[in-house]
Amino acid sequence: MTQTVAEPEHLRSAFDAYVADEKKIEPKDWMPDTYRRTLIRQISQHAHSEIIGMQPEGNWITRAPSLRRKVGLMAKVQDEAGHGLYLYSAAETLGVSRDQMDADLMSGKAKYSSIFNYPTLTWADIGAIGWLVDGAAITNQIPICRCSYGPYARAMIRICKEESFHQRQGYEIMMKLCQGTEEQKRMAQDALNRWWWPSVMMFGPSDADSPHSAQNMAWRIKRFSNDELRQRFIDMTVKQADYLGLTFPDPDLKWNEERGHYDIGEIDWDEFWTVVKGNGPCNRQRMAHRTRAHDEGTWVREAATAFADKQRARQQQAAA
Amino acid sequence: MTAAVARNDQALSQQDALYDYCLRLGDNALILGQRVAEWTSNAPTVELDIALGNQALDLFGQARMLLDYAGRVEGKGRSEDDIAFLRDVLDFRNVLLVEQPNGDFGQTVVRQFLYATFASALYEGLSQSKDEELSGIAQKAVKEMAYHARHNGEWVVRLGDGTEESHARVQAGLDALWPYVHEVFEADEIDLAMAEAGIGVDPASLKDAWLAEVTAVIERATLTLPETDWHPDGGKRGHHSEHLGFILADLQFLQRTYPGAQW
Amino acid sequence: MSAEKSWPLYEVFIRSKQGLAHQHAGSLHAADPQMALENARDVYTRRGEGLSVWVVPSDAITASSPDDKGVMFDPADSKVYRHPTFYDVPDEVECL
Repeated sequence: MTQTVAEPEHLRSAFDAYVADEKKIEPKDWMPDTYRRTLIRQISQHAHSEIIGMQPEGNWITRAPSLRRKVGLMAKVQDEAGHGLYLYSAAETLGVSRDQMDADLMSGKAKYSSIFNYPTLTWADIGAIGWLVDGAAITNQIPICRCSYGPYARAMIRICKEESFHQRQGYEIMMKLCQGTEEQKRMAQDALNRWWWPSVMMFGPSDADSPHSAQNMAWRIKRFSNDELRQRFIDMTVKQADYLGLTFPDPDLKWNEERGHYDIGEIDWDEFWTVVKGNGPCNRQRMAHRTRAHDEGTWVREAATAFADKQRARQQQAAA
Repeated sequence: MTAAVARNDQALSQQDALYDYCLRLGDNALILGQRVAEWTSNAPTVELDIALGNQALDLFGQARMLLDYAGRVEGKGRSEDDIAFLRDVLDFRNVLLVEQPNGDFGQTVVRQFLYATFASALYEGLSQSKDEELSGIAQKAVKEMAYHARHNGEWVVRLGDGTEESHARVQAGLDALWPYVHEVFEADEIDLAMAEAGIGVDPASLKDAWLAEVTAVIERATLTLPETDWHPDGGKRGHHSEHLGFILADLQFLQRTYPGAQW
Repeated sequence: MSAEKSWPLYEVFIRSKQGLAHQHAGSLHAADPQMALENARDVYTRRGEGLSVWVVPSDAITASSPDDKGVMFDPADSKVYRHPTFYDVPDEVECL
């Protein structure tokens, strides 16, 4: 993998021009090795995030405060599983196997969105995740619907369509809490306090610090800089919080008339890197959970394989 | 509302019987849904996680319709949530089978299979109910439960006829749950009154066909039909296994901690 | 981790409405065809998108190679006479 095979220059420049012309690449087309590896990393990381994200939210399904909330949350978490699958399929078209991706997740080699390494302590966290985390995710994902890699773009279109209810569900939960008792409002404010900065960090470090940004833009894997997307999310969210009557845990947050955007305080990137490197509140718990579920399922998967083999043998015997 | 049946020396109006009958159906769906929902993010494959989620959603959907209707039959203005979240163990009417722990995936598919095979036959009968609300609910639910029966039946076969380990595990699950089947088909005065009124179905009348269907799958799965002389019951009268209290603690925690709050 | 044998890949095709053709929806893994059907139902039709599902083992599909694109498909590009606009007829003559 470390050895780079020399790529024919004419193929590479034709590829760059083709992609720059907003045309789509399909699985068996020639593509630069870096393009392929970048996409595998990004798509599988995205898929893993969906799968790990099921844990903090799944946490609350049995405890949801009404039957209406229960079915809404169940359907949402189920969508995350589905979206993980769409994305794994898209990544597989690039030549990486599902087993490999599973193994990379469990060995810690592959990353997932750090946001899911924070705990869901109260019911309001379910609202905050839907509103803020899904809000940030959608901001990130909409441009990917136009990604140059066909299978990824198609998966994203489907995902964005399905996820449109997730953010609304989250906001509705927050709204109910904010219209409720003092205890409920406190719960909502506390959730916003804890989820705000991690959500802002979901867009990743400034592009000045992202080595691959320019190439990914040229290849139409990325459309906007991390900072542009982050700003879009902040501008949209501040107004939504005002409506709820909630405040942000950032004394420097204010409208900048000149820029026409909100300014925010300093982002604590040390915290971000601490969590990315495995020392967030729940990294170990999430990984242990995923690995346990996988290991406990081994006998089931093996049984289904064995049964399928027997079935095939019986059919062949019957045909003979 | 003139038909009355005797229970514990007191007259039970048809309204009371119907209320109780709806609770039985609704609580079975609700409690089983809670159990299935526990699988979220724990299933053997992501695909099965989604499949289990679909089953939980079907069951919660049935529970909502049935408990909502129970509230209207009762006539005291209680909503589906009041009924689901503000009753204690003694007022739950589900059978013991549905509150049994998930165990491993093998035990869960056995439980889902045994219950769904029963429920799809029951709802098929109820779709002819003279009570239009019940028949409407049943017509929707029968398709859902028929799918659950088929899906889980296939898994019973895969696991039974899979590897040595899976065979042993699913047989153990079947052995553990089989005693709870008895209660499912036990008819008491409420079942009989409802059946007589053309509203409900006598569960005992479903047993032979159910047993034939279940036996066929168990044979295909190369499993053995267990024998038992232990027949735990009491769920329909509010006398449950110890598990239900913990399920309710989970289910009801927010409503109990913040009385009267809206969510 | 055990050396577990992985499940084969299936391609999923869904008919969303009577009268429409089955369309490729995506792919998934399953141990056997029946499981593939049920997985397809759960993964790809949660919002009532389907009336009929086909699942096909991915390795049963024979596909043209992208390298052949030119040889296979370019020759059809120049056959303009296969399209109605190739033929000149007066505008005032209707129903043509």
